[in-house]
Amino acid sequence: MAKAKNKYWYEYLYIVSIAYLILGVFNILFAWLGMLCFAIPLIISLVGGGKTYCNKFCGRGQFLHILGDKFNLSRNKSMPRFMVSKCFRYGFLAFFMTMFASMIFNTYLVFSGTNELREAIKILWTWRLPWNWVNTSFASPWIAQFAFGFYSMMLTSTILGIVTMILFRPRSWCVYCPMGTMTQGISKLKHRNEVQ
Amino acid sequence: MARTKAKVVENLCVACGTCVDVCPVNAINILKGMFARVDDNKCVGCGKCERVCPASVIDMIEKESVS
Repeated sequence: MAKAKNKYWYEYLYIVSIAYLILGVFNILFAWLGMLCFAIPLIISLVGGGKTYCNKFCGRGQFLHILGDKFNLSRNKSMPRFMVSKCFRYGFLAFFMTMFASMIFNTYLVFSGTNELREAIKILWTWRLPWNWVNTSFASPWIAQFAFGFYSMMLTSTILGIVTMILFRPRSWCVYCPMGTMTQGISKLKHRNEVQ
Repeated sequence: MARTKAKVVENLCVACGTCVDVCPVNAINILKGMFARVDDNKCVGCGKCERVCPASVIDMIEKESVS
Protein backbone atom coordinates (compact mmCIF):
# COMPACT_ATOMS: atom_id res chain seq x y z
CA MET A 1 0.00 0.00 0.00
CA ALA A 2 1.32 3.41 -0.90
CA LYS A 3 2.37 5.46 2.07
CA ALA A 4 0.36 8.69 2.47
CA LYS A 5 2.54 11.74 1.84
CA ASN A 6 2.78 14.14 4.76
CA LYS A 7 1.46 17.51 3.70
CA TYR A 8 3.08 20.75 4.72
CA TRP A 9 1.07 23.80 5.82
CA TYR A 10 2.03 25.71 2.67
CA GLU A 11 0.40 23.09 0.45
CA TYR A 12 -2.96 24.49 1.55
CA LEU A 13 -2.29 28.06 0.43
CA TYR A 14 -4.68 27.60 -2.50
CA ILE A 15 -7.42 28.12 0.09
CA VAL A 16 -6.01 31.61 0.71
CA SER A 17 -6.12 32.38 -3.02
CA ILE A 18 -9.74 31.28 -3.30
CA ALA A 19 -10.65 33.15 -0.09
CA TYR A 20 -9.03 36.31 -1.49
CA LEU A 21 -11.28 36.30 -4.56
CA ILE A 22 -14.38 35.60 -2.44
CA LEU A 23 -13.56 38.29 0.14
CA GLY A 24 -13.27 40.85 -2.67
CA VAL A 25 -16.90 40.18 -3.56
CA PHE A 26 -18.02 41.00 -0.02
CA ASN A 27 -15.74 43.97 0.49
CA ILE A 28 -13.43 45.32 -2.17
CA LEU A 29 -11.02 46.70 0.44
CA PHE A 30 -9.75 43.15 1.04
CA ALA A 31 -8.08 43.54 -2.36
CA TRP A 32 -5.24 45.34 -0.58
CA LEU A 33 -4.16 41.97 0.85
CA GLY A 34 -3.11 41.06 -2.70
CA MET A 35 -0.10 43.32 -2.24
CA LEU A 36 1.38 40.44 -0.25
CA CYS A 37 1.47 38.39 -3.48
CA PHE A 38 3.60 41.16 -4.96
CA ALA A 39 5.84 41.87 -2.01
CA ILE A 40 6.63 38.39 -0.67
CA PRO A 41 8.03 36.84 -3.91
CA LEU A 42 10.12 39.95 -4.58
CA ILE A 43 11.52 40.03 -1.04
CA ILE A 44 12.31 36.29 -1.14
CA SER A 45 14.18 36.56 -4.46
CA LEU A 46 15.97 39.77 -3.42
CA VAL A 47 17.32 38.14 -0.26
CA GLY A 48 18.59 35.18 -2.29
CA GLY A 49 15.72 32.75 -1.83
CA GLY A 50 15.25 32.36 -5.59
CA LYS A 51 11.81 31.21 -6.64
CA THR A 52 10.84 29.64 -3.34
CA TYR A 53 7.55 31.52 -3.48
CA CYS A 54 6.64 29.99 -6.87
CA ASN A 55 7.94 26.56 -5.88
CA LYS A 56 6.24 26.32 -2.49
CA PHE A 57 3.98 29.17 -1.47
CA CYS A 58 2.07 30.24 -4.59
CA GLY A 59 -1.59 29.61 -3.83
CA ARG A 60 -2.63 30.43 -7.38
CA GLY A 61 -0.23 27.84 -8.80
CA GLN A 62 -1.62 25.24 -6.41
CA PHE A 63 -5.19 26.26 -7.29
CA LEU A 64 -4.53 25.88 -11.04
CA HIS A 65 -2.78 22.56 -10.44
CA ILE A 66 -5.79 21.24 -8.51
CA LEU A 67 -8.25 22.41 -11.20
CA GLY A 68 -6.19 21.00 -14.04
CA ASP A 69 -4.84 17.83 -12.49
CA LYS A 70 -7.22 16.70 -9.76
CA PHE A 71 -10.40 17.95 -11.48
CA ASN A 72 -9.03 16.99 -14.88
CA LEU A 73 -10.03 20.31 -16.47
CA SER A 74 -6.83 20.71 -18.47
CA ARG A 75 -6.31 19.46 -22.01
CA ASN A 76 -2.68 18.79 -21.07
CA LYS A 77 -1.36 20.06 -24.39
CA SER A 78 1.95 21.81 -24.91
CA MET A 79 1.93 25.59 -25.05
CA PRO A 80 2.82 27.24 -28.35
CA ARG A 81 6.58 27.81 -28.47
CA PHE A 82 6.24 31.58 -28.75
CA MET A 83 4.51 31.72 -25.35
CA VAL A 84 7.54 30.13 -23.72
CA SER A 85 9.97 32.53 -25.39
CA LYS A 86 11.72 35.22 -23.37
CA CYS A 87 10.28 37.77 -25.77
CA PHE A 88 6.69 36.88 -24.87
CA ARG A 89 7.38 36.49 -21.13
CA TYR A 90 9.18 39.81 -20.76
CA GLY A 91 6.71 41.44 -23.15
CA PHE A 92 3.82 40.32 -20.97
CA LEU A 93 5.69 41.56 -17.89
CA ALA A 94 6.12 44.96 -19.55
CA PHE A 95 2.43 45.06 -20.50
CA PHE A 96 1.41 44.04 -16.99
CA MET A 97 3.63 46.67 -15.39
CA THR A 98 2.21 49.31 -17.73
CA MET A 99 -1.29 48.37 -16.62
CA PHE A 100 -0.11 48.46 -13.00
CA ALA A 101 1.33 51.96 -13.51
CA SER A 102 -1.93 53.07 -15.13
CA MET A 103 -3.83 51.75 -12.11
CA ILE A 104 -1.52 53.68 -9.76
CA PHE A 105 -2.07 56.83 -11.87
CA ASN A 106 -5.85 56.39 -11.65
CA THR A 107 -5.48 56.08 -7.89
CA TYR A 108 -3.47 59.32 -7.88
CA LEU A 109 -6.16 61.11 -9.91
CA VAL A 110 -8.76 60.13 -7.31
CA PHE A 111 -6.40 61.09 -4.48
CA SER A 112 -5.84 64.53 -6.01
CA GLY A 113 -9.55 65.04 -6.57
CA THR A 114 -9.27 65.19 -10.38
CA ASN A 115 -11.38 62.06 -10.84
CA GLU A 116 -14.19 60.56 -8.83
CA LEU A 117 -14.17 57.05 -7.43
CA ARG A 118 -15.40 54.49 -9.96
CA GLU A 119 -17.03 51.56 -8.25
CA ALA A 120 -16.38 49.01 -10.97
CA ILE A 121 -14.10 46.10 -11.79
CA LYS A 122 -12.40 45.99 -15.17
CA ILE A 123 -12.17 42.49 -16.58
CA LEU A 124 -9.28 41.77 -18.98
CA TRP A 125 -8.50 45.50 -19.03
CA THR A 126 -11.57 45.97 -21.24
CA TRP A 127 -14.99 45.20 -19.78
CA ARG A 128 -16.26 47.29 -16.90
CA LEU A 129 -18.35 45.39 -14.36
CA PRO A 130 -20.36 47.42 -11.81
CA TRP A 131 -19.23 46.52 -8.27
CA ASN A 132 -21.14 48.97 -6.13
CA TRP A 133 -22.94 46.87 -3.54
CA VAL A 134 -20.48 47.51 -0.72
CA ASN A 135 -20.27 50.71 1.30
CA THR A 136 -16.68 51.94 1.10
CA SER A 137 -17.39 55.41 2.45
CA PHE A 138 -15.48 54.72 5.67
CA ALA A 139 -12.25 54.60 3.65
CA SER A 140 -10.69 57.39 1.59
CA PRO A 141 -11.81 57.27 -2.06
CA TRP A 142 -8.24 56.67 -3.29
CA ILE A 143 -7.91 53.65 -1.01
CA ALA A 144 -11.09 52.22 -2.51
CA GLN A 145 -9.94 53.13 -6.05
CA PHE A 146 -6.67 51.26 -5.58
CA ALA A 147 -8.61 48.26 -4.24
CA PHE A 148 -10.88 48.23 -7.33
CA GLY A 149 -7.84 48.47 -9.62
CA PHE A 150 -5.89 45.81 -7.78
CA TYR A 151 -8.82 43.41 -7.58
CA SER A 152 -9.40 43.90 -11.34
CA MET A 153 -5.80 42.91 -11.97
CA MET A 154 -5.96 39.86 -9.71
CA LEU A 155 -9.27 38.71 -11.21
CA THR A 156 -8.02 39.27 -14.76
CA SER A 157 -4.83 37.30 -14.16
CA THR A 158 -6.84 34.50 -12.52
CA ILE A 159 -9.08 34.34 -15.60
CA LEU A 160 -6.02 34.22 -17.89
CA GLY A 161 -4.54 31.51 -15.68
CA ILE A 162 -7.71 29.43 -15.86
CA VAL A 163 -8.02 29.84 -19.64
CA THR A 164 -4.42 28.74 -20.24
CA MET A 165 -4.85 25.96 -17.66
CA ILE A 166 -7.76 24.61 -19.73
CA LEU A 167 -6.09 25.09 -23.11
CA PHE A 168 -2.62 23.86 -22.20
CA ARG A 169 -1.19 22.40 -18.98
CA PRO A 170 -2.39 23.04 -15.39
CA ARG A 171 0.37 25.49 -14.44
CA SER A 172 0.71 27.20 -17.84
CA TRP A 173 0.11 30.55 -16.11
CA CYS A 174 3.48 30.05 -14.37
CA VAL A 175 5.21 30.34 -17.75
CA TYR A 176 4.17 33.96 -18.26
CA CYS A 177 3.27 35.01 -14.71
CA PRO A 178 4.80 38.50 -14.31
CA MET A 179 5.88 37.78 -10.72
CA GLY A 180 7.56 34.55 -11.83
CA THR A 181 9.34 36.34 -14.66
CA MET A 182 10.49 39.09 -12.29
CA THR A 183 11.71 36.77 -9.54
CA GLN A 184 13.52 34.55 -12.05
CA GLY A 185 15.12 37.66 -13.59
CA ILE A 186 16.26 38.84 -10.15
CA SER A 187 17.61 35.36 -9.33
CA LYS A 188 19.52 35.20 -12.62
CA LEU A 189 21.05 38.62 -11.99
CA LYS A 190 22.01 37.72 -8.43
CA HIS A 191 23.48 34.32 -9.15
CA ARG A 192 24.63 34.65 -12.77
CA ASN A 193 28.21 33.63 -11.99
CA GLU A 194 27.48 30.94 -9.43
CA VAL A 195 25.96 28.06 -11.41
CA GLN A 196 27.56 26.45 -14.41
CA MET B 1 17.52 -0.10 -15.88
CA ALA B 2 15.92 2.96 -17.40
CA ARG B 3 17.06 3.72 -20.92
CA THR B 4 16.03 7.36 -20.89
CA LYS B 5 16.72 10.32 -18.66
CA ALA B 6 15.15 13.75 -18.32
CA LYS B 7 17.00 16.74 -19.70
CA VAL B 8 15.92 20.34 -19.08
CA VAL B 9 16.39 23.07 -21.67
CA GLU B 10 17.79 25.38 -18.99
CA ASN B 11 17.70 28.48 -21.14
CA LEU B 12 13.91 28.27 -21.47
CA CYS B 13 13.01 26.78 -18.07
CA VAL B 14 10.76 29.08 -16.02
CA ALA B 15 11.76 27.47 -12.69
CA CYS B 16 8.16 27.04 -11.56
CA GLY B 17 8.99 23.85 -9.65
CA THR B 18 6.16 21.71 -11.03
CA CYS B 19 8.66 19.00 -12.06
CA VAL B 20 10.21 18.99 -8.58
CA ASP B 21 6.81 18.18 -7.05
CA VAL B 22 6.12 15.19 -9.30
CA CYS B 23 9.57 13.59 -9.39
CA PRO B 24 9.25 10.30 -7.48
CA VAL B 25 12.96 10.08 -6.69
CA ASN B 26 13.69 13.74 -5.86
CA ALA B 27 16.11 13.98 -8.76
CA ILE B 28 15.23 17.56 -9.72
CA ASN B 29 16.27 20.79 -8.05
CA ILE B 30 15.62 24.43 -8.86
CA LEU B 31 19.07 25.98 -8.89
CA LYS B 32 19.05 29.36 -7.13
CA GLY B 33 15.67 30.22 -8.66
CA MET B 34 17.11 30.18 -12.18
CA PHE B 35 16.20 26.83 -13.73
CA ALA B 36 15.57 23.17 -12.96
CA ARG B 37 18.41 20.69 -13.14
CA VAL B 38 18.11 16.91 -13.15
CA ASP B 39 20.53 14.72 -11.21
CA ASP B 40 21.45 12.13 -13.85
CA ASN B 41 22.46 9.61 -11.21
CA LYS B 42 19.05 9.70 -9.54
CA CYS B 43 16.74 10.05 -12.58
CA VAL B 44 14.88 6.84 -13.35
CA GLY B 45 13.50 8.08 -16.66
CA CYS B 46 9.82 7.78 -15.70
CA GLY B 47 8.87 10.85 -17.78
CA LYS B 48 6.49 12.37 -15.20
CA CYS B 49 8.35 15.68 -15.27
CA GLU B 50 8.14 15.83 -19.05
CA ARG B 51 4.36 15.40 -18.95
CA VAL B 52 3.73 18.12 -16.35
CA CYS B 53 6.22 20.78 -17.43
CA PRO B 54 4.01 23.76 -18.40
CA ALA B 55 6.70 25.15 -20.67
CA SER B 56 7.43 21.75 -22.26
CA VAL B 57 11.15 22.26 -21.82
CA ILE B 58 11.93 18.80 -20.44
CA ASP B 59 12.90 16.14 -22.95
CA MET B 60 13.44 12.46 -22.37
CA ILE B 61 16.69 11.54 -24.04
CA GLU B 62 18.68 8.34 -24.46
CA LYS B 63 20.77 7.62 -21.40
CA GLU B 64 23.95 7.24 -23.43
CA SER B 65 23.63 10.73 -24.84
CA VAL B 66 23.42 12.43 -21.43
CA SER B 67 26.50 14.60 -21.13
